[in-house]
Amino acid sequence: MTIAAERSSAIARDRAKADAKVRVRKTNAPMIRTVVSAVIIVLWCLAPFYWMIVTAFRQVGFTYDTSPWPTHVTLDNFRTAFSTNLGNHLGQAMLNSVFIGGTVTVVALVFGTSAAYALARLEFKGKSIIAGMILAASMFPGVALITPLFQLFTNIGWMGTYQALIIPSISFVLPLTVYTLTAFLREMPWDLEEAARIDGCTRVQAFRRVILPLAAPAVFTTAILAFIASWNEYLISSQLSSDATQPVTVAIAGFAGSQPHVEPYTAVMAAGTIVTVPLVILVLIFQRKIVAGLTAGGVKG
Amino acid sequence: MSAVTEAAPKLPTSNPVRSGGRKRGGLNEAHGRWATYLITPAIVVLGIVIGYPVVSAIIMSFQKDAGLDKATGLFVAGGFAGFSNYAHWLLQQCVSATGVAAACPPGNLGAQFWNAFGTTFFFTAFTVVFETILGFWMAIIMNRSFRGRGLVRAAILVPWAIPTAVTAKLWFFIFAFNGILNSLLGTKILWTSDEWASKFAIIIADTWKTTPFMALLILAGLQLISQEIYEAGRMDGASTVQQFFRLTLPLVKPALLVAVLFRVLDALRIYDLPAILTQGGGGSGNATTTLSILVVDQIRQGFNSASALSTITFLIIFIVAFIFVRFLGANVVQTQASQQKGELK
Repeated sequence: MTIAAERSSAIARDRAKADAKVRVRKTNAPMIRTVVSAVIIVLWCLAPFYWMIVTAFRQVGFTYDTSPWPTHVTLDNFRTAFSTNLGNHLGQAMLNSVFIGGTVTVVALVFGTSAAYALARLEFKGKSIIAGMILAASMFPGVALITPLFQLFTNIGWMGTYQALIIPSISFVLPLTVYTLTAFLREMPWDLEEAARIDGCTRVQAFRRVILPLAAPAVFTTAILAFIASWNEYLISSQLSSDATQPVTVAIAGFAGSQPHVEPYTAVMAAGTIVTVPLVILVLIFQRKIVAGLTAGGVKG
Repeated sequence: MSAVTEAAPKLPTSNPVRSGGRKRGGLNEAHGRWATYLITPAIVVLGIVIGYPVVSAIIMSFQKDAGLDKATGLFVAGGFAGFSNYAHWLLQQCVSATGVAAACPPGNLGAQFWNAFGTTFFFTAFTVVFETILGFWMAIIMNRSFRGRGLVRAAILVPWAIPTAVTAKLWFFIFAFNGILNSLLGTKILWTSDEWASKFAIIIADTWKTTPFMALLILAGLQLISQEIYEAGRMDGASTVQQFFRLTLPLVKPALLVAVLFRVLDALRIYDLPAILTQGGGGSGNATTTLSILVVDQIRQGFNSASALSTITFLIIFIVAFIFVRFLGANVVQTQASQQKGELK
């Protein structure tokens, strides 16, 4: 009896062990597959970016060097990138991009915040139509604007001016701002506003003293997304800007090297690195918020 | 956090004032007045920056371009053109000085319309299919819990954060004849000047740049699906493949449709990549010429004709969007709202 019991318990133990083994294997195989997939995704996303940085620090003579780590390291490419003698106005272009992006972002936030508040908070007729219109506006093709603007700006002498670059950018940054911010504001704890109003605040006061501080992170995230959207714009700027007002995207696309008719790959990669690395760092710092904003507003890639 | 955010969207219905029968009209009126004040400035700005150019483009598209007729060398005055600018693109007809519509002389941009149309849809179809499949795969991986998931989610944002113009230059270098891709593959492909290679160069670079965006939108949809559904599925003996096609796909469909709609509309207006990566041409000179590139090429040859082309492009994009919303049932506004709720949980 006791022997039988012992034996049966031993069998049970063995079985449990075997089960555990199977379970371990079952959970491990998919886990390995997941990790391998994750490694492939990370490599696919980062390899070209890494290659840009490595090339940016490589001597021109070793442009086509294929060793995967930094070799023949030099800072010359960065000097070429900023060399106004060669016609590369990267420094000026960066200032232009910051100025244009900053202005567009501020304008979009000024007009967008109030519209987003209304769409997120108030009940009124035609709300879904207006929301749909604003979304449609953000999907609007840039080429549909460029021809009439090209003619208009030529006629009034605005070609190559800052306002000629700022105004068209508002057309896609403002809808994006309204849309992203509406999605964020919908999630705000609005009962606090009600409480403030019961305590005697007016609607404007309740918004300014209670909601605005709470909404600050959302507004900030939206501002980053708006700035990036403006910073990345190329189509309209490439047609309406001049050498003095061109943003970085246009400057990099038309880069010149020290030798004529030779594509200055290393200098372009250096310029690309300068333009991209701050943006990437900014995005990584505010990663969570940006992902939330992206999926809410469906920003142009 | 989650308790508060969950309660927030329900507020309008539970608002005691609004549910009170008699006062309701008054408050809605007040809301309506406030909404008018708050929204009007944004609508006015959009009206100026979008409405004005669109209306003037449509008016311009019915005007003749003044200038020298290339075929006859005679000066053509402007004036009402009827649909001749549209016929120029859609039917490749040119109006000569005598006012007779005939086939355009060779070398005319009008002859490239259907080619550019085909190229644009070719790019759209391939990039969106690749990006959807790859994006879905990435989203599924990111939805699992494993060590280093944060790193994947960070890495995926890098291609998104790089400006398209820089992406184009970066891939231009990767695709160079002596570049890294040819040396890795051991091939000697002229990636940016061969007819078909240049088309696929655009598709590869675009897929790299935009798949993360797709993956993030799909991931947001996946996160809304509760794990209990999968447990129930497993209990009923559903295999992994069955779980994907019977549970994941139908449940993520609304989010997926919206993501695909966004990408399709974005891909149809593709300009930056082909303009920089293959200098607008590629191949025989127009292997990668998309509708947007054609519009920009035409601007300096005649505003009114370019306006007709940009209006056609706009209508094409509008029709595609309409088909998506009407026949595939992509509900952008609702899906986005529910996704946002899921994202913050």
